[in-house]
Amino acid sequence: MTIEPGLYHLLFISTALFFIGVYGFLTRRNLITMLMSIELILNSVNINFIAFNKYLWANRLDGVMFTVFVIAIAAAEAAVAIAIIINLYRSHQSIDVQKAEELKY
Amino acid sequence: MNGATVIFYLLAAMTIGCGVMAVSTRQIFRAAISLLFSLVGIAGIYFWMDYQFIAAVQIVVYVGGIVVLIIFSIFLTQQSGEKMPVQKMGRKLFSLLAVFCGFALTIVQIFQHTFAKTTAAPTGVTVRNIGEELISLDKNGYALPFEVVSILLLAALIGCIVIAMRTPAEAPKEEVEAKRKEEIKVILPKEEEILIVQEETGGIQ
Repeated sequence: MTIEPGLYHLLFISTALFFIGVYGFLTRRNLITMLMSIELILNSVNINFIAFNKYLWANRLDGVMFTVFVIAIAAAEAAVAIAIIINLYRSHQSIDVQKAEELKY
Repeated sequence: MNGATVIFYLLAAMTIGCGVMAVSTRQIFRAAISLLFSLVGIAGIYFWMDYQFIAAVQIVVYVGGIVVLIIFSIFLTQQSGEKMPVQKMGRKLFSLLAVFCGFALTIVQIFQHTFAKTTAAPTGVTVRNIGEELISLDKNGYALPFEVVSILLLAALIGCIVIAMRTPAEAPKEEVEAKRKEEIKVILPKEEEILIVQEETGGIQ
């Protein structure tokens, strides 16, 4: 591993971001912060796609296309998730996942 | 160590540092701002890799769209100055352990693997090339996913409206009560008439 940034450095960043997102998803109990962790995970995947496209398959554009589609799906997911969160807040006066437990029993 | 290397390490430190802040701080608004800077750092990494189109999309959709949406929902759903409750120590420790094990495993796997590189001449990542690939009908074209994503976005749009719409049960109570009283008024006189008729005839024998 050299000091010159390359594929391995980018993979390190994306792995670190992915596990930061997983840590947030496991420890947070607030729906908005859990959504933020999911955004971090999706972004780490995007970095992976772009890095592989640039350093391994520079003659193709598949990594770029996948990144564009992941971003579009992430936007749709965030919009629906926030509509659900606001509706949950309207009915429970809280967005804590511990308070929404009707389906638990 | 030239300028590009220094910029790369600065962007990487900004991305990871702000990401850690976003999942660890107890003030939710501060977490949202940290997420914003982390996403800006990722856009900077895309710029550094010469993928200007993806970097622009990242800034427009994530920083301009999703983070603003998250900040709106924070304002709508809670007091932004309030701190979130402290999590249990056991849960934190367990999550940290799980995350550390997963991270170590993945990193060891990545650094032991040597990736095979293609020898073909690279194509330019211009907006023109991306657009042509997006609507091409070839074997490697992305016309079908493009259409499917457009339907997904339409479904998300309609879904958001339906979720955010008030259901009939949530309609103002006074209106419902008034309607029910009117219905009862309509029904009641008939019942009285029936009773009177029954009394006059001495009921059903």
